[in-house]
Amino acid sequence: MRYLPLTPADRTDMLSVIGAKSIDDLFVDVPGVARKAELFDLPLHAGEMEVERELAALAALNRPAGAGPFFCGAGAYKHHIPATVDHVIQRSEFLTSYTPYQPEIAQGTLQVLFEFQTQVAALTGLEVANASMYDGSTACAEAVMMAQRVTRRNKAVLSGGLHPHYSAVTQTIAHAEGMEINRLAAAIDAEAAVVAEIDSDTACVVVQTPNAFGTVTDVTRIAEAAHAAGALLIVVTTEAVSFGLLKSPGEMGADIAVAEGQSIGVGLSYGGPYVGLFACKEKYVRQMPGRLCGETLDAEGRRGFVLTLSTREQHIRRDKATSNICTNSGLCALAFTIHLSLLGERGLRDLAALNHSRARQLRDALAAIPGVEILTPRFFNEFAVRLPQDAAAVVEDLVGQGIIAGAPYSRLAPEAGLDDVLLVAATETTTEADIAALIAAMKGRFGQ
Amino acid sequence: MTMNSVGRPTRPEGQAAGVGGSLTGARGLLQDEALIFELGGWDKSGVDLEAPALDASDLGDLVRKTPIGIPGLSEPETMRHYVRLSQKNHAIDLALYPLGSCTMKHNPRLNEKMARLAGFGDLHPLTPVSASQGALALMDRLAHWLKTMTAMPAVAMSPKAGAHGELCGLLCIKAAHEAKGQGHRRTVLVPTSAHGTNPATAAFVGYSVTEIAQTDDGRVDLADLEAKLSSDVAAIMVTNPNTCGLFERDIIEIARLTHAAGAYFYCDGANFNAIVGRVRPGDLGVDAMHINLHKTFSTPHGGGGPGAGPVVLSEALAPFAPAPWVVSGPKGFDLIESPEGEAAQGFGRMVAFQGQMGMFVRAYAYMLSHGADGLRQVAEDAVLNANYIKARLSGVMTPAFPDGPCMHEALFDDHWLEGTGVTTLDFAKAMIDEGFHPMTMYFPLVVHGAMLIEPTETESKQELDRFCDALIALANAAKAGDVNRFTGAPYLAPLRRLDETQAARKPKLTWKPVSQTPLAAE
Repeated sequence: MRYLPLTPADRTDMLSVIGAKSIDDLFVDVPGVARKAELFDLPLHAGEMEVERELAALAALNRPAGAGPFFCGAGAYKHHIPATVDHVIQRSEFLTSYTPYQPEIAQGTLQVLFEFQTQVAALTGLEVANASMYDGSTACAEAVMMAQRVTRRNKAVLSGGLHPHYSAVTQTIAHAEGMEINRLAAAIDAEAAVVAEIDSDTACVVVQTPNAFGTVTDVTRIAEAAHAAGALLIVVTTEAVSFGLLKSPGEMGADIAVAEGQSIGVGLSYGGPYVGLFACKEKYVRQMPGRLCGETLDAEGRRGFVLTLSTREQHIRRDKATSNICTNSGLCALAFTIHLSLLGERGLRDLAALNHSRARQLRDALAAIPGVEILTPRFFNEFAVRLPQDAAAVVEDLVGQGIIAGAPYSRLAPEAGLDDVLLVAATETTTEADIAALIAAMKGRFGQ
Repeated sequence: MTMNSVGRPTRPEGQAAGVGGSLTGARGLLQDEALIFELGGWDKSGVDLEAPALDASDLGDLVRKTPIGIPGLSEPETMRHYVRLSQKNHAIDLALYPLGSCTMKHNPRLNEKMARLAGFGDLHPLTPVSASQGALALMDRLAHWLKTMTAMPAVAMSPKAGAHGELCGLLCIKAAHEAKGQGHRRTVLVPTSAHGTNPATAAFVGYSVTEIAQTDDGRVDLADLEAKLSSDVAAIMVTNPNTCGLFERDIIEIARLTHAAGAYFYCDGANFNAIVGRVRPGDLGVDAMHINLHKTFSTPHGGGGPGAGPVVLSEALAPFAPAPWVVSGPKGFDLIESPEGEAAQGFGRMVAFQGQMGMFVRAYAYMLSHGADGLRQVAEDAVLNANYIKARLSGVMTPAFPDGPCMHEALFDDHWLEGTGVTTLDFAKAMIDEGFHPMTMYFPLVVHGAMLIEPTETESKQELDRFCDALIALANAAKAGDVNRFTGAPYLAPLRRLDETQAARKPKLTWKPVSQTPLAAE
């Protein structure tokens, strides 16, 4: 029990200072019937070597993205993370610190959050950003609830290009609040279809670009239509690297932009922890969920940072708070901001261009396979293809050949009836040899 | 004594002006650190990427033409910037972090190493289940531990934090009531001492919140509870051990009354570390309880997150758990992401993928390291340490509930500061100068000037004594009239007291260039 520093002698001494005869005296308030917990089928404590052995054995049963050709995206992307990022986030002072409620001794975390907020605002083209959310999907749901508070209207229209999981999460939360959700049918390139659904009760329309099929869309017209009807436009992005190449949501008229930040600095980790980005126009800042860090001065007039506008938050406003969120993704936000600082303006643009270029190579190679149809008209680093066979079966078959061919759309939304649609992504980590391996395996599978 | 513009002393009595004031603003080797926007360059980068000629013929007008406005740093500049910032942070690896209600304990680095194994850290959430059997097995084993420790039959793994777990639990409760035709139940009862997340969560899912009073000895007032239970009540949310650091002695009766009224019993499990291995919440009549893996099973707080908040569920609520979940069959483990038929009663989905896998690995490594025997010792040592602090400090400070033992945290009020001119806040800030992170202040709200101290089980007796000695010395200084030590504190931190009022009045939430013409990338 290497993590427990008290010795038996310490325990005896301490009990006598307390004036208790035994440890059981300290549990007298527990009802007798509940005082004896039996954990008979759990093992006893294990040494470091044994724990490593068990977890390494479990890890070995998984196929990491880096183990071979890999083309899976659909809301989580395999990117290279510079070694510096992981080194810095493992520094004790970042890793093992608490929420910065004592600003005098938490300036490290606070300044990072201020820098993060500024970077996110810049990427999304909006005025203010918060200090991170759990992930992109929960950020999306929170954005819809925020639109309800801002507009005092009760309906949200979700585009058919929104990631099906994001739609599901939003529907869960909004339904609980009594909000009406109009979720359009899955569509590869029809973000503008939301416009026809807007009415005088619409709080917001939610569109995604690049969308769940990889399609990129200029949402300017949708923004105009939403605003004309008094509704807000929420723009969702699941691939944050795309901000380096594409027009920002703010530039196209978004009122709220939310994104999954995993692509920058945060690993795949089987779905979490990730980091949700959340930005909006300044006039809505008091309706924003989550933590905010602000600049101020200390008693000697020096610049410093504090958590601010906490009167929106649950620990002050309790049942009147904008959200129940307490924990955020501080450490993932740190990873994001370090990676983005290393990239800088030029690096992010280069990285985005490289992603786009590799995806075009992949598109051209797949398009040359008879029977494979490219479905996505304009894309960043991911697109949908129609296969001559069930996409999930193809993926499963290719796993046996050491290739993760992509994400079958049916895995995200079996009810959509798109069983032959495969989502494929390429990033800077995708090599020509990876693409050649995929093409050869597919040709083999399709009997060519 | 030098005063600043708001009349606060800028250094303690007796410390000569000039001492501690450098020419550069640095304090010894602790340097002021500029923002990346002031340090970086718009054409600087700390990565080497082959930049292809941009062939964006498909994209046309969608290509960004304006500058983004993010600076770059070279790799050595990046390293120094963040290492310098790290030096302005306090952390559990530096000293005792006595945050009541927030459990800051040792974070074993073995857990970090395990979470970074490629099979976990580099695993895509949509990897075919045949190629992610180890991850699914780990989720299944972790679920088994959680169910065993709580005596609950089911667990929803996906919630991403404690408050997200509360949301999950209340959504299960709402779905269960709706399935029974009891959707009209609109009220959630919450004790006055609850975490702010409890009422916020209840309100977030559309319930109205009614507070339950507290007894003089810091527990739920049963008479008030009985008076407020009705056919309109959907659930009660009780934290146990509660935020006064006390075990709810009447917990079984609270559960019985709640169930008799047709409502469900939500237990906030934030303080599970005080009872793990000794008390199983399922034996108390709990229907749903989230477990903050980051608290009880020590995944690092990371400056505010990420956390993880799986929710254990009773038989009554289990059918309403959100997707996805892990099942095992003859061909190994499977992940049910889109349940059909009977299984489709769940209320939907909480998050995009499977939840906080990185935290699952860390928590599971921690559980294996402790084992069933060690986890029981965790609870015992956490409670012993808290009672030791309570016993040692009761001579100079006033415990809010002097009678009987406390659980994992000791609660004091500010009666002992009366007439000294020192506030709870002043006292807490002075602790920083003595090398300790302040305790939780002014919470729970039911105690005047509350000071809530949680040592956790990973503190040695020596460290507890060092802490108690420091607090006793400070308390004696306050009572002896050494007020200046407190009102301007901290004096020795990287910054002095920060103006939070100004920050909220005129929020500056992003960096803006001094000149209005930002340097462009073009």
